[in-house]
Amino acid sequence: MSARDTSYAAVLARKNEIMKTSMGMDYAEFIHSPVAFDYERLMSATGYSMEDIIRIQAETKVGSTPLFELRNLTEAVRKFSAPGKGAAILVKDEAANASGSFKARRASISAYQAAVKGYKGIIAATSGNYGAAVASQAAQRGLKCIIIQEVFDSRGVCQPEIIEKSRACEAYGAEVLRLSVGPELFYMNLRTLEETGFFNASLYTPFGIRGVETLGWEVAHQVRARFGRDPDAVVITHAGGGNLTGTARGLQLAGCRDARIVACSVDLGGLHMASDHDFNRKSFTTGHTGFGVPFATWPDRVDVPRNAARSLRYMDEYQLVSQGEVFYVTELLARLEGLERGPAGNISLTAAVTLARQMDRDQIVVVQETEYTGAGKHHNSQLAFARENGVEVRRGDPQDNVPGKAIVIPERLEQVRGRVQDMDKLRRSYIKNAAKAYPVEKWSDDDYAFLAADIKKDLAWVKQAASGLD
Amino acid sequence: MDKIKQGTWVEIEQVVLAPEERAPTLPEDTQKVPYILHVSGFLTAEAEIGRQVTIRTLIGRELSGALRLVNPSYTHSFGTTIPELLTIGTEAQA
Repeated sequence: MSARDTSYAAVLARKNEIMKTSMGMDYAEFIHSPVAFDYERLMSATGYSMEDIIRIQAETKVGSTPLFELRNLTEAVRKFSAPGKGAAILVKDEAANASGSFKARRASISAYQAAVKGYKGIIAATSGNYGAAVASQAAQRGLKCIIIQEVFDSRGVCQPEIIEKSRACEAYGAEVLRLSVGPELFYMNLRTLEETGFFNASLYTPFGIRGVETLGWEVAHQVRARFGRDPDAVVITHAGGGNLTGTARGLQLAGCRDARIVACSVDLGGLHMASDHDFNRKSFTTGHTGFGVPFATWPDRVDVPRNAARSLRYMDEYQLVSQGEVFYVTELLARLEGLERGPAGNISLTAAVTLARQMDRDQIVVVQETEYTGAGKHHNSQLAFARENGVEVRRGDPQDNVPGKAIVIPERLEQVRGRVQDMDKLRRSYIKNAAKAYPVEKWSDDDYAFLAADIKKDLAWVKQAASGLD
Repeated sequence: MDKIKQGTWVEIEQVVLAPEERAPTLPEDTQKVPYILHVSGFLTAEAEIGRQVTIRTLIGRELSGALRLVNPSYTHSFGTTIPELLTIGTEAQA
């Protein structure tokens, strides 16, 4: 351990220096102001083309996952849809990647870059599938790996899903730092990067997001090859924004510009993300509103100087679903389609049921991920754990679901109804956060242009929204 | 108390930040408890449970803390039966 001051304040004060050393990249050259930066130049600074990324990923068992048509689920939706409605539901089986989730795409380019640049190891702070992905990629590239996880509350109680992720990381040979509840995970990440000199495999670097572009690229090409046309909608589970950003960019790079990009999160409204008490009252550890909303409305709340994942830049629609609805659809995927997959990967599948019902029969909705399942990472584990922790579990109308208190599993598929969010409200919230970061009166034309692109609106809309702030 | 042999796979505990050293602006319930680390590795010298020890992790780093568990294992499962799930497919097919 270094002799440097490791107090919370001292480590946070060294943030920029630690970031620069641990990524071999200086964000200063891309940043124009406290709000604006050259996003496309940052993304291309990785130096890798789509062809490079496809090749790098193929070396470590990432990509080229199957795209399946869910015929039985589609038929089940058509039974209660209006005449002529009920789009075909397709799913991209991302569980087929090494380590069992799309996160392998996100980890692969960071691991490659770390190896090429001569780093001895790689670090990520994550309690999700990303940890196993980084560990699996590190193992293949001959890198040491440290995964830093938020695991247990002050009683020492752990979520089964996170325990499974600790196990998976160790199975791939990583050192796993398991921590109690708290946002100090970021502090621990900085401290460990500084102590080891390892590469920072943050989820939010351009390497991470460029790695996900192949997912959108494959969806476009696979749908075209099979149906001779583009998908009409692509549904993407939304938390930090990387899954959505990378996939949408990949679709665009493949020339697929008309597909509606639909984000979906599990509604955990009312639960505090940094609360020791609320920690084990959640049955989802990611893909929920506790990340989805704050990251959409201010992406730069991350562990790197600027977030390469910018969801509002690409999002056309945002739906919320309840925990009970996702568990129901997860069970149905096994029963109707013979695919047993992890619940967190089925959040977007839950929204796809609502979308398919609204869309025409000859249209196509693509669910762009699945994740592996197993002990802990299973809806039965999560429900048993919720029940043990005093959360009510019952069948009924999912509208009665109360995060942390009651998980209501639908009685029928037609009760699964994603709740469409007000996109302009999210965008106004983003503008408000931008104004907090940098006063509106200081905004230049460049700032306005950046903000407009960052929320997929025109200049006039941004000016109107900014003038309406308190 | 029994001595745990050098080289045994163990878990240690470290208090990373005492309550007063934690990040500002935490919810009250989180603020009043310490920030704790658990990590596993091979014990570098014979010791008893509860003692300050050093371990060598899977990647060869040496870390220190209080010896907490011997041969820590994963016992997570698929959980107890949730009867509410069992009828789901049948209903959709009916």
